[in-house]
Amino acid sequence: MATIPIGADRTIAAVRAVRRSYRVLRDLPMVPMLILGVLASVAVLAPVIAPHSKLDPVKPTREQCQAKFGTPDCPYVDNAPPFWSPGGTLDTPLGTDFLGRDVLSRLLYGARISLIVALTGTLFAGAIGTVLGVLAGYMGRWWDEIIMRITDAWLTLPSLVFAILLSSVRGPGLWNVVLILALVFWSRYSRAVRGEVLTLRERDFVKLAEINGIGKLTIIWRHLIPNVMNTVMVLFSLQVGVAVIIEASLSFLGVGVPPPEPSWGLMMAQERESLMEGRWWLEIFPGICITLLVLSANMLGDWLRVRLDPQLRNR
Amino acid sequence: MKRYVLVRALYSVVTLWLLVTIIFGLVRLTGDPVAMKAEAGADPAYVAQLRQSWGLDRPLYWQYLGFVGRLLRADFGHSFEKSLPVRDIYFERLPNSLKLGFAAFLISLALGVPFGMLSALKVNSVWDNAGKAVALLGLSMPGFFVGLVLIIVFGIELGWLPVLGKGSSAFVWSAPSTWAMFWFRDWGHLAMPAFALGWYFSGAMLRITRSGMLDVLGSDYIKLVRLKGVPEPMVVAKHALKNSLIPVLTFAGLNLLIMVNVAVVIEVIFNWPGVGQLLYDALSNRDFPMVQGVVLMSGLMIVLLNFTIDVLYGYVDPRIRLSR
Repeated sequence: MATIPIGADRTIAAVRAVRRSYRVLRDLPMVPMLILGVLASVAVLAPVIAPHSKLDPVKPTREQCQAKFGTPDCPYVDNAPPFWSPGGTLDTPLGTDFLGRDVLSRLLYGARISLIVALTGTLFAGAIGTVLGVLAGYMGRWWDEIIMRITDAWLTLPSLVFAILLSSVRGPGLWNVVLILALVFWSRYSRAVRGEVLTLRERDFVKLAEINGIGKLTIIWRHLIPNVMNTVMVLFSLQVGVAVIIEASLSFLGVGVPPPEPSWGLMMAQERESLMEGRWWLEIFPGICITLLVLSANMLGDWLRVRLDPQLRNR
Repeated sequence: MKRYVLVRALYSVVTLWLLVTIIFGLVRLTGDPVAMKAEAGADPAYVAQLRQSWGLDRPLYWQYLGFVGRLLRADFGHSFEKSLPVRDIYFERLPNSLKLGFAAFLISLALGVPFGMLSALKVNSVWDNAGKAVALLGLSMPGFFVGLVLIIVFGIELGWLPVLGKGSSAFVWSAPSTWAMFWFRDWGHLAMPAFALGWYFSGAMLRITRSGMLDVLGSDYIKLVRLKGVPEPMVVAKHALKNSLIPVLTFAGLNLLIMVNVAVVIEVIFNWPGVGQLLYDALSNRDFPMVQGVVLMSGLMIVLLNFTIDVLYGYVDPRIRLSR
């Protein structure tokens, strides 16, 4: 029998721990987590890492002014190209916009707006929808009938059209967009949650709780809501992507986040003239940001869905 | 069957009534169209006159009754900007939106269905993974971004396609001679906006087709057909295809109407004079009756389509109509 050196069990345990954590890590969807992580930290750290202000024009160099206006002094130089084109500088790596503001800094701050609006909007929608869905599914009868009829009617309008209707009476504003997202999206949760509760209601643990005389509110809070959280999480991550697109669309149409705040959709709307003049990058950069955010949210949502619903695993 | 149709019709009417009530209530709860129109610091007399002209000075129940009553007579009110009935302006624009919607619908079918089938027939192959990736990208790239990229590439850099407008062909309700040719002309103008609009939905179509096909391929009757020794291409073409297409076509029908109604941003980018652009113009002119009219019309269309789908399903599948 081979002798085991002192401390080997500790080494083996350490190796096992590393292996275990590797296994956990390997199962996580790396690409979307990485993108979301980067975007979230960019959003949080925007004031620290942004090279310039999000609202004020960048102070141009004398050479830039000379080249653009023929005088050594000017308040700003608009539409400086990105650093790889002739005339671009590394000081403003992605160029400046039509008011001479640094595009990179505005994109970094834009991540903030997109994430805040989409996350809080879907969070509120999720809260309203979950509560109403549980009520409809568990209380049954009139509750079910009324809540589900309203949900059905609510679901008939396409979400963008509904959002536009509400924005036409609310006007532009960051928290208005959050309110609109919450009002538009709750119906999707209540429908899914109600279906889930209808089967949960018949399960033994709920029946036992009822026999023990536990109140309806306690059953809802302690037994039903924790059990529908899987469904809610999956819907949440899938809805965040849609919410980002709706926010960008509303901002693009001029009824979302008001200027001069740097919303990605708004940046795209404001640069449509530059597109015709050949400065395509001003449209492409915010578009890529939106796509990356929505893509990673969707990938995460798909992963969660497969993860939480074993029937889908081999799909 | 008669009873089933009646019940479904009743449900649709209730849904429609609820929708109208929701719109009426939400608009008055969340904001004030008059305040939006008149801006801060406007002459109070002007504001009062605006209120009166919309009947907003009356009690709420009276406003509601008037609103529903006018809708029952298909009267959507008058546009602010053009002082024409909302209905007339809307129907003038509708053919353009339908043309765009149909083209996008065909593109989404042509992209989504074949690739979805391929993906389902060869699970976890290269095709499947490529299909999944394309579907994911389709659902993640907003249509207006795709549209702008198309403009940059085909409109500006290559100069192959016209960037703005719908071309010279027009659909005029009073001139039946224009009715047929309208759909077959100016496809150059149609190509980019239709692709940008269809792009998003082709991802969704691909996913629906794939999962529908997988469901059917896993079912007992397909196993039986295979056991009989029917060659695989026959199994797919004759037995699996038909059944897997039912949910796909339902979904596609709904998508067609959604495309007609949500093309707002794409119509703005391409300056396409459909109902989406009408909505945008109304939004920027703060023409609230117009916005509300367009929204109500899209709700009405979708409720009617849902009713039709329900009836068709009941007609095709007796299990559905007997369960009610």
